[in-house]
Amino acid sequence: MAALDETLYPIAVLIDELKNEDMQLRLNSIRRLSTIARALGEERTRKELIPFLSENNDDDDEVLLALAEEMEAFIPYVGGVEHAHVLLMPLEALCSVEETSVRDKVVESLCRIGSQMREMDLVNWFIPMVKRLAAGEWFTARISACGLFHIIYSSAPEMLKMELRSIYNQLCQDHMPMVRRSAVSNLGKFAAKVEYAHLKDDVMSIFKGVTQDDQDSVRLLAVEGCAALGKLLEPQDCVERILPIIVNFSQDKSWRVRYMVANQLYELCEAVGPEPTRTDLVPAYVRLLRDNEAEVRIAAAGKVTKFCHILDAQLAIEHILPCVKELSSDSSQHVRSALASVIMGMAPVLGKDATIEQLLPIFLSLLKDEFPDVRLNIISKLDEVNQVIGIDLLSQSLLPAIVELAEDRHWRVRLAIIEYIPLLASQLGVRFFDDKLGALCMQWLQDKVYSIRDAAANNLKRLAEEFGPDWAMQHIIPQILEMSNNPHYLYRMTILHAISLLAPVMGSEIACSKLLPLVINASKDRVPNIKFNAAKVMQSLIPILDQSVVEKTIRPCLVELGEDPDVDVRYFANQAILSIDRVMMSS
Amino acid sequence: MSLHSSSRAPIDWRFSQVFGERAPGEELQDADIISAIEFDKRGDHLAVGDRSGRVVIFKRSYASNELYSQSQLEQLDSTPTLHPEYRYMTEFQSHEPEFDYLRSLEIEEKINSVRWCAAPNGALFILSTNDKTIKLWKVKERKLKKVNALCPDPHVSSENALLAERSFVSETEETSITNGYQAESGEKVANQSLSSQGYSLEIANIGYDARSSCQRTYAHAHDFNIHSISTNSDGETFISADDLRINLWNLQISNQCFNIVDIKPANMEDLTEVITSAEFHPVHCNMLAYSSSRGFIYLVDMRQSALCDHNARILQDDDSHGFKSFFTEIIASISDIKFAADGLHILSRDYLSLKLWDLRNESKPIKVYKIHEHLRAKLPELYNNDAIFDKFDCCVSGDGSHFATGSYSNLLRVFSDGSGSKEVFTIEASKNPNRKSLLTAAPRARRTSLSNLARGFYRQVHENSFSGSNDTSCDLSSKLLHLAWHPTANMIACAAGNSLFMYYA
Repeated sequence: MAALDETLYPIAVLIDELKNEDMQLRLNSIRRLSTIARALGEERTRKELIPFLSENNDDDDEVLLALAEEMEAFIPYVGGVEHAHVLLMPLEALCSVEETSVRDKVVESLCRIGSQMREMDLVNWFIPMVKRLAAGEWFTARISACGLFHIIYSSAPEMLKMELRSIYNQLCQDHMPMVRRSAVSNLGKFAAKVEYAHLKDDVMSIFKGVTQDDQDSVRLLAVEGCAALGKLLEPQDCVERILPIIVNFSQDKSWRVRYMVANQLYELCEAVGPEPTRTDLVPAYVRLLRDNEAEVRIAAAGKVTKFCHILDAQLAIEHILPCVKELSSDSSQHVRSALASVIMGMAPVLGKDATIEQLLPIFLSLLKDEFPDVRLNIISKLDEVNQVIGIDLLSQSLLPAIVELAEDRHWRVRLAIIEYIPLLASQLGVRFFDDKLGALCMQWLQDKVYSIRDAAANNLKRLAEEFGPDWAMQHIIPQILEMSNNPHYLYRMTILHAISLLAPVMGSEIACSKLLPLVINASKDRVPNIKFNAAKVMQSLIPILDQSVVEKTIRPCLVELGEDPDVDVRYFANQAILSIDRVMMSS
Repeated sequence: MSLHSSSRAPIDWRFSQVFGERAPGEELQDADIISAIEFDKRGDHLAVGDRSGRVVIFKRSYASNELYSQSQLEQLDSTPTLHPEYRYMTEFQSHEPEFDYLRSLEIEEKINSVRWCAAPNGALFILSTNDKTIKLWKVKERKLKKVNALCPDPHVSSENALLAERSFVSETEETSITNGYQAESGEKVANQSLSSQGYSLEIANIGYDARSSCQRTYAHAHDFNIHSISTNSDGETFISADDLRINLWNLQISNQCFNIVDIKPANMEDLTEVITSAEFHPVHCNMLAYSSSRGFIYLVDMRQSALCDHNARILQDDDSHGFKSFFTEIIASISDIKFAADGLHILSRDYLSLKLWDLRNESKPIKVYKIHEHLRAKLPELYNNDAIFDKFDCCVSGDGSHFATGSYSNLLRVFSDGSGSKEVFTIEASKNPNRKSLLTAAPRARRTSLSNLARGFYRQVHENSFSGSNDTSCDLSSKLLHLAWHPTANMIACAAGNSLFMYYA
């Protein structure tokens, strides 16, 4: 007995902590439920632990979430699949929790458990539970029920299947919009399990009902249902049943519903096939591109490329391109920005001629847009642009845009363009870069905003990687040397930062001959911040440089800094000396 | 719904209950003044917010005989009617005073509005707001258990006992919160340690206790002071309105909201009006109404556009453009609007009148009820002491045929639709209301006027102007600003200072 108690003691502590006032302790204990269950054994887990957990549903959401997660993998601890149904009890109680994230997890766990349960057990335990939930007093229980039908439907006997379909129908007409939303968003999953005959009749009539719901929030979820159901139906039925609904939705009174259609339309095209797409969906899409509401146009503009890929060139040029032209001068900058981020993808569909003739002017006008976001979006897709229209044509119009962005008032815009510079460099090649952009890269090192200087230093490193050390030796190093004498200490600090980044790329020889003297020089600066940054840079140079150089040049310099009046300088100098020693020891 | 259904039979308003009544001679505490009242959808609960940031919840008690002694029942009336009665359920500190260091602004804790959300399970959900921050509160009621007997049980091994006494350990925590059952809680702690040694417990329910917790905080979205919040019929969104903007939130998402109305002009000198109140349509999730200081009611269809500032329908009283004085614009300002439950009518309150609008008729209200017309002559005086800027609430009965609002001297005014001005009731919200069922609010002797006024919120400077005009027939410092109508019963809850009065008919 005593021995038994001893082994059970940690378990008793864990159980005790399940009730502790401290949420963290309860959480820890829940996380170790499997340990408790193993110690208790299968039978006592079933008879004591699980009932206990079932009543423990009045806890913080975080604890309940953890509980739902643990239950998911609990089948082995209650004695395998034949006992899996005992796990339904605690989870059923959690189905009516108000926090959505907890309920979602509970439903997920229930689905996982349900998919492992034997058919007999599903009928005896799982289905009655779903029915209880679906008839639950609280709408949260009914919300959860909607997500469980697809697990049980296939296992149910014929009579029960009919009942389940009718219960689902009721859920789709629940008086709480929250339940209807859940029913609609789970309809696709449920429909996938329903026999085709019933799908065509029952499910489609349910669906038709929800598409006429007076709550916008229900209808807009039904738009997603269109795509899901469309894929399940045979093309002919799809055209007959789904297409009219889509066309209706694309003219819905609520802009939020139209927004959803604009987002989903290209998926629906696949479901209905090419001919109905041409006759019905292209006009619908064109309407959406010209919608009154900017939000809808944004969504539609963002899908222009995806939509064009489904169409052939003729249709795209005839119907879509005129709209794109209008959108490129849309009154909303967000619409133009959305268009700019995808427009280049249209080029392959249109072919070279149409691209140069029609798309290029649009592209150029977007590149001169007054809003930086629009220009940036074009530049970010530069590789695609380059493939289509070639570098010569591009460089003429590109350069002014880049230069303007590089000097934009908003530092975030400058930051964004800096991040594209390596991409530009690789696309445009060394020659073009040297001529036009090299100076900009140096100019950023002296920006007023730290983030820009920091990004500029990183940029130099990436350029050096791109074009190689020789190029960097010619184009970067001399200018860095020059700038190291800047009267402002913050700029000198940026140079130190750039050196520490460049040194590994340049290799030991250049680092030793060109960069090191600069650092040594910086260690004699009058500003302490420069001095300790010099010490840090030296520390980073140690692995790159030859050991003799380290001993001969760096160490004396650091020793000198180690006696600096400033405490920070001494600290970083000593850190650097320590790491020299460590390298020495290991070699 | 018929507007004329129950208005034929004269309604007899009776006093039902009072909470937080002041004892004679007790000073009115500024912190205790009620600033928001709202019934939940079924009328089972009533939430009351006050100036000190507290929200008090009252719960409908169905077994009224248990709560009231026989003598009290007799006092109420001869036949005990089945009107709702409420008991105190719980309260929580919703907001604390804060300081905005960026703008050097003090943020008051005063609750400007409370609204109920749909109850997803046994718990209650309440949105409360002060000037800047909206919070979602969950109030969960739980059974309190008490240990009756303690019997040693040799068959229970130690972990079993641990499992067995589970549900009640958390209860001790609650009791300490309410301070109600300290004796028991001490006992329980003792028993807990005993139980782990193999005792089983007999537990009896001794009542209910409610625990409140803040679920979400919706902050940093308003530059101006929030005056209204309203929940949508879709159950997932709500709006918050300040002087110039209305934001739309999802209840689940507290770090993001959408601005749907923005009337702030680029140059603040061009400002012509401010938003004074905003409410969602009770049925149609896409409809939103907001009122302005110019006396307009804007009806917005959120389906048309993401930004709702334009293409709103405007309800505006064309008749009121007759005679104009300096005060016309000020008293035209609408202080509150309420949709009737049918969603076809809107009730609005301006300084001197209550107007009932049919949404289909934009050019004039279908009914105008005068609240305190005798004040029209005193507008200059009311302007000088700022009383003209008082914001009175209004409310509509569940069947849409009765309307109520407040006035000075803690007067509650109830109007009925249909049979003309006869159907006006005036009740003074105090312990012994002498009901006056006519428009004539008889001039009452003023209670020790000076001390009474000094207690008010207005600057002492105005005292002279007050004492100089003794003929003012009402007490401007006691005003009945906030009230709410029970959704199904003929019952009004109204706030007079720090007291909550309930009337039924």
